[in-house]
Amino acid sequence: MSIRVRINGVDKELDVDPEMPLLWALRDVLGLTGTKYGCGQALCGACTVHLDGQVVRACVTPIRRADGHSVTTIEGLSPDGNHPLQRAWVDLGVPQCGFCQAGQLMTAAALLAKKPKPTDTEIDQSLAGNLCRCGTYTRIRAAVKKAAGLSEE
Amino acid sequence: MGCGRRQPAPSPSEILPQVGPTELRAPEAFGVISDRAERSRALFLEASRVLLHPRCANCHPDGDMPYQGTGLQLHDPPVLRGPEDRGIVGMECTSCHQDRNVELTRVPGAPNWHLAPLSMAWVGRTPRGVCEQLKDPARNGGKSLAQIVEHNAHDELVGWGWRPGADREPAPGTQERFGAIVAAWVETGAECPSEEARP
Repeated sequence: MSIRVRINGVDKELDVDPEMPLLWALRDVLGLTGTKYGCGQALCGACTVHLDGQVVRACVTPIRRADGHSVTTIEGLSPDGNHPLQRAWVDLGVPQCGFCQAGQLMTAAALLAKKPKPTDTEIDQSLAGNLCRCGTYTRIRAAVKKAAGLSEE
Repeated sequence: MGCGRRQPAPSPSEILPQVGPTELRAPEAFGVISDRAERSRALFLEASRVLLHPRCANCHPDGDMPYQGTGLQLHDPPVLRGPEDRGIVGMECTSCHQDRNVELTRVPGAPNWHLAPLSMAWVGRTPRGVCEQLKDPARNGGKSLAQIVEHNAHDELVGWGWRPGADREPAPGTQERFGAIVAAWVETGAECPSEEARP
């Protein structure tokens, strides 16, 4: 089946099984390996991408759901890695091992797009489904606040 | 002769045919209850076996977080109902739940996956409490009784309760029979059982 999907602003036509997880299509068909495979059960958030701006877990999202829609991955978050969140991530040295960070950034980007000045509680609630085994949560929250122009107290 | 003390009337559960926990009685079985109002109350108690089953009640929670499993375990990951009962940004219901079950991952899914509003909370309610809520347009989404019947009989998200996927225990009976039970309850006056009554 042919799937038409806009990936990071570029129209693509994919000849794949419509039930193929979006994550497989991104990584194995399109070579966009920034999005990570973590648990494969929508429990960790490592595979988080945007579907028409909404957070989805690519590991459980069949590619047919993206047919005719727009997908944004970490590679498309900004043209040059200059998204305010990416700058804050670098400034504060957020990642440790880094495996979960693409998912963390994509969820945080969706949050700021809808709530430009989130409270600490809103940050924690929105990112509660993105696990970090290195425990970088405090730096993640600080970076989200820095990107939002909020002071860290 | 005796003193004339009357025997108490048998309860509906004593005169209705016995069924297993995975079955629902057919509406016709309630014909043994001659009093129309009593029959209506018994029909609702039968329906409550579905309404209060975890497959249905888990997403009619009494707080801001749904339940999962069969023992009122809070949903993991820790999602919240949000302003429209569809989650919060970054943790929408449909971030993970698709329009059908994803068997390889055990993630359940059906069209329009979302929580019932807090006004429709069933967890912690008695069958009577659920009955009164269902009949109250202020707490049932403004539905008429006919619309309640239609919703229960044909809504695809309701129907997921009988097709939960993976190793989940389905609601008793079938959606078709459940719809017929609810229809019979409405046809007999949509009476609510007493506060103490249980199926």
